[in-house]
Amino acid sequence: MEYNEEEYLMLSGIQHFAFCRRQWALIHIEQQWQENVRTVEGNILHESAHKDDFNEKRGKVIISRGMPVYSRILGINGVCDVVEFHENKNGVSIHGREGTYLPIPVEYKHGKPKEDDMDALQLCAQAMCIEEMMLCHIDVGYLYYGETRHRQKIEFNEELRNKVVRLFQEMHELYHKQYTPKVKPSKACKACSLTDLCVPKLYKTLTVKEYIDGIIKEE
Amino acid sequence: MKKLLNTLYVTSPDTYLSLDGENVVILRDEERLMRMPLHNLESIVSFGYTGASPALMAACSERNIALTFMSQNGNFMARVVGEVHGNVILRKTQYRISENETDSLQIAKNIVIGKVYNSRSVLERATRDYPQRVDIEKLKKTSKILLNAIELIKECKSKEELRGLEGAAANRYFGVLDDLILQQKDSFQFSGRNKRPPMDNINSMLSFVYTLLAHNVASALETVGLDPYVGFMHTDRPGRISLALDLMEELRAVYADRFVLSMINKREINPKGFTQKEDGAIIMDDDTRKCVLKAWQSRKQEVITHPFLNEKVEWGMVPFVQAMLLARYIRGDLDEYPPFLWK
Repeated sequence: MEYNEEEYLMLSGIQHFAFCRRQWALIHIEQQWQENVRTVEGNILHESAHKDDFNEKRGKVIISRGMPVYSRILGINGVCDVVEFHENKNGVSIHGREGTYLPIPVEYKHGKPKEDDMDALQLCAQAMCIEEMMLCHIDVGYLYYGETRHRQKIEFNEELRNKVVRLFQEMHELYHKQYTPKVKPSKACKACSLTDLCVPKLYKTLTVKEYIDGIIKEE
Repeated sequence: MKKLLNTLYVTSPDTYLSLDGENVVILRDEERLMRMPLHNLESIVSFGYTGASPALMAACSERNIALTFMSQNGNFMARVVGEVHGNVILRKTQYRISENETDSLQIAKNIVIGKVYNSRSVLERATRDYPQRVDIEKLKKTSKILLNAIELIKECKSKEELRGLEGAAANRYFGVLDDLILQQKDSFQFSGRNKRPPMDNINSMLSFVYTLLAHNVASALETVGLDPYVGFMHTDRPGRISLALDLMEELRAVYADRFVLSMINKREINPKGFTQKEDGAIIMDDDTRKCVLKAWQSRKQEVITHPFLNEKVEWGMVPFVQAMLLARYIRGDLDEYPPFLWK
């Protein structure tokens, strides 16, 4: 099955969704968003990554910044921070360039490497878009972390790819229903920029009926 | 919880507000009187007719800073409304509820329960705080009537009936409000609510702080993506912030009335600051208004425990918390809308 453009979801949403599906729904379905220090700093980092709009060639590598990508199969679109095209005889041809190249996506992240796979999922989704658009196969990509100033290599194995497919399917289902799921509050809530609007506490408190009756009966 | 930031009150009538980088600059005849970074501000309220630059209006609406213009006498004139925040689906659900008698009645009932419960709490508080000075028996009697009214409100079947019950409860409450004035009795007497125009000092103070509160509530509703103009209890009327007026009902007694009473009882307000016009209408002078605004600002900083969330918040955050809870109810996270019930 293929999605049409109107149904595309934001590629970058997969990191929100992997972090917390309610957070994703608040941002992408309800369009609630609050800037906080982290998001503002993130924007600044991304602006600089996208600054030079297009190509630059360093030796045998073409560096493309801010490349828009999409996938009809996943029903998503987004922008890659950086895609490196490495000259390689097993690669694919690129319009207007001689030779063949292997694309390698690089995503810039503020902060340091995380224990979960949120960032890897986003990178893998980008790779899957490029594969679909350029009819190629991509084995690896890199996550660059602002805080450690290091690249981390990510292998796009079957497990990661399957997870990307599964998560986007779920996102499409929720989006179709316009449903904001309830999620158990966890430690992650402390690091979330949307706690004021999500109010994880709602799930620990009484029902409203009990609340009203409780207070009034005290009298 | 979201942070409570400052409100900038500009009370000089001949000043103009402009934007310079990330700052608001107050000008008088081209001369800079003051500048303040926008990131410290939650709202700006300007009294007078001179105005503000479009650049400042845009900067405020982008940053969710409420910019409100009042006449010099504190009558509301205009608010700057920028691009609509939040989700159209939330607002469509809000509109659907507002057009459905049963669904809007359910929310309206809880709001009125909050209103009556809280006005009762004001009376109960007075019997505890000043047992030697107030007529306990009289206040207790009214309090009992209000508690019974809540039971009737719970059972009521239409908004018509609800408005009747609300009106009756408000009359009972206002009927004993004068008993809570314990100082400066000569200059501050309350014999009932009047507003167009206010005919005594207390009514003129009440009208002024109700306006301030209404616009706090309206901007809180906008922040969470609700439309302040479409209410569940107050009927739509062009230019009327009906939902803000609905939500404000819970807060009138505990937030605004108590504030006015305490200013009088603590002698923080001087009766000399009120002028009576030939027809009896009362007008507050500039210094008095400034004095009220200063006290209002510090009241906002006081910390309470929110009864439903069980979380410490400043009084000034209560409109935001209630707006957010209302949005969460409309989105289906809660079984009912939880009113703010103050003990």
